[in-house]
Amino acid sequence: MTDPMRVRATLMGDRVEVKVLMSHVMETGQRKDIDGNIVPARYIVKVAAHCNGREVLSADWGPSISKNPYLAFRFKGAAKGDKVSITWTDNAGESRSDDVAIA
Amino acid sequence: MINNRALWKAWLLAVGVMVPWNTVNAESSSEDAIAEYRAMFGDDNPAELWLIRGKDLWQQRRGPKNADLSGCDLGRGPGVIEGAYAELPRWFADTGRVQDLETRLITCMTMLQGMAEADILAVRFGDGDNKSDLEALVAYVADASKGHAVSLPMTHSQEKAAYALGAALFYHRAGPHDYSCNTCHGENKKRIRLQAMSKLDDAKGARDAYTHWPAYRVSQGELRTMEWRLQDCYRQQRMPQLKFGSEVAIALTMFLAKNAEGGVMAAPSIKR
Amino acid sequence: MQQLRRNFLAHAGQLGLAAVALGSGLMSRLVLADEARPPFTATVIADAWKALGYGDVKQSTEIAFKGPDIAENGAVVPVEIESRLPGTRVISILVEKNPHVMSASFTIPEGTEPFISTRVKVAESSLIHALVKTDAGAFYTTRLVKVTLGGCGG
Repeated sequence: MTDPMRVRATLMGDRVEVKVLMSHVMETGQRKDIDGNIVPARYIVKVAAHCNGREVLSADWGPSISKNPYLAFRFKGAAKGDKVSITWTDNAGESRSDDVAIA
Repeated sequence: MINNRALWKAWLLAVGVMVPWNTVNAESSSEDAIAEYRAMFGDDNPAELWLIRGKDLWQQRRGPKNADLSGCDLGRGPGVIEGAYAELPRWFADTGRVQDLETRLITCMTMLQGMAEADILAVRFGDGDNKSDLEALVAYVADASKGHAVSLPMTHSQEKAAYALGAALFYHRAGPHDYSCNTCHGENKKRIRLQAMSKLDDAKGARDAYTHWPAYRVSQGELRTMEWRLQDCYRQQRMPQLKFGSEVAIALTMFLAKNAEGGVMAAPSIKR
Repeated sequence: MQQLRRNFLAHAGQLGLAAVALGSGLMSRLVLADEARPPFTATVIADAWKALGYGDVKQSTEIAFKGPDIAENGAVVPVEIESRLPGTRVISILVEKNPHVMSASFTIPEGTEPFISTRVKVAESSLIHALVKTDAGAFYTTRLVKVTLGGCGG
């Protein structure tokens, strides 16, 4: 069960500015719970962003990206109304995609 | 040769003035740095993830009664969330008592949706994937008071009584350290390590603090509410565990909120 | 003497393995998960560079690197990197004092600006590296971030 990302894509001149907040624990595997047991590592390993059929960003992440990750980037070659989609995949194989129309 | 002495004097003056000035400013410069750090989050507070969830929880039909929360009266009429948080805690006729947002939401979830209070309370504070619906709903409702001034007319006698109880509790020393809220929150410019403490029985201090809860607490990666804040203070004072939604919790909230009256709500904010 | 030394080394080796095992797999689980991603297993900056296949990494003043001087909490440190170097293909973030130095790598395709803003965990006051791969080689710049405890409350 994954929770939705908050994705914002705004056209600024000829560039689209994308700002994403992802809901993910980004557990490093080094933390202990209240009973002293290690909380297993669970973190996003791959992020990809697409627009108009092309990949506009791809990233490899480790567990030291903060919990509830934030990501912002900018690209050219898109117009208002075009869809930007963001996908994350974690080390447990869980995946989530959310998209937004460029405003 | 020109004004060598004058230059020397000027230099001495500059150095002499500089040293104490730097020392005095060391504290405020670290506060500035922290303010700068918080400002870097901009509009992208992870609390927004709770807003998405909270809105969904408010609008979805849920529970045994398969109802949404459009009938939930938070003090401004059924379903009205705009400005509601800024007027809480307040007395409610249907329950005959003063309630804060958390307890009022529990009332609505149990009465309108048929949920069990124990189930709601079991996840009152979220932890990672173990998410708290209550925290999400508090974030959503509080966000609808952003920009509103805190307003507590306290027309009902129970509201006045809650304030008086909150005040008494604020100054009451107890626990193994003989602490009261006032011990840490009774003076301006106090701090614990790098954490600045507000003077909470004072309008300015109360406003600074109260208008910024609920907040995303980066140290926990969770959105936390006033009820959480109060029970955590009690924990730090080594007081007995503060019961969620208790008369004490509500009275202390009333005391803070009333002291903060006129302050403009800025929640959900971001905190350490 | 030689035999004693050999025994000692063998014993130490066993102890080393035991220590890793005793670490309840916290480190090894991480290593296993990232086995296929050697840069993420690096514990020092130079090893990360090597794992990334970057030969000669030079310092550059053409990488704009924004971040706080003091982070109230090391769990969330905002970082913003913008490369002015032509032909920027990859932007990576490394945190010197973290147990595994590599935080992330971003591949910048044609049409995307060499700009990244994100938030990283910083275990203790440390230099953070903004590492950039361009057509002309690899370059980096650093920022010092002080991580405070912050005390209680707030």
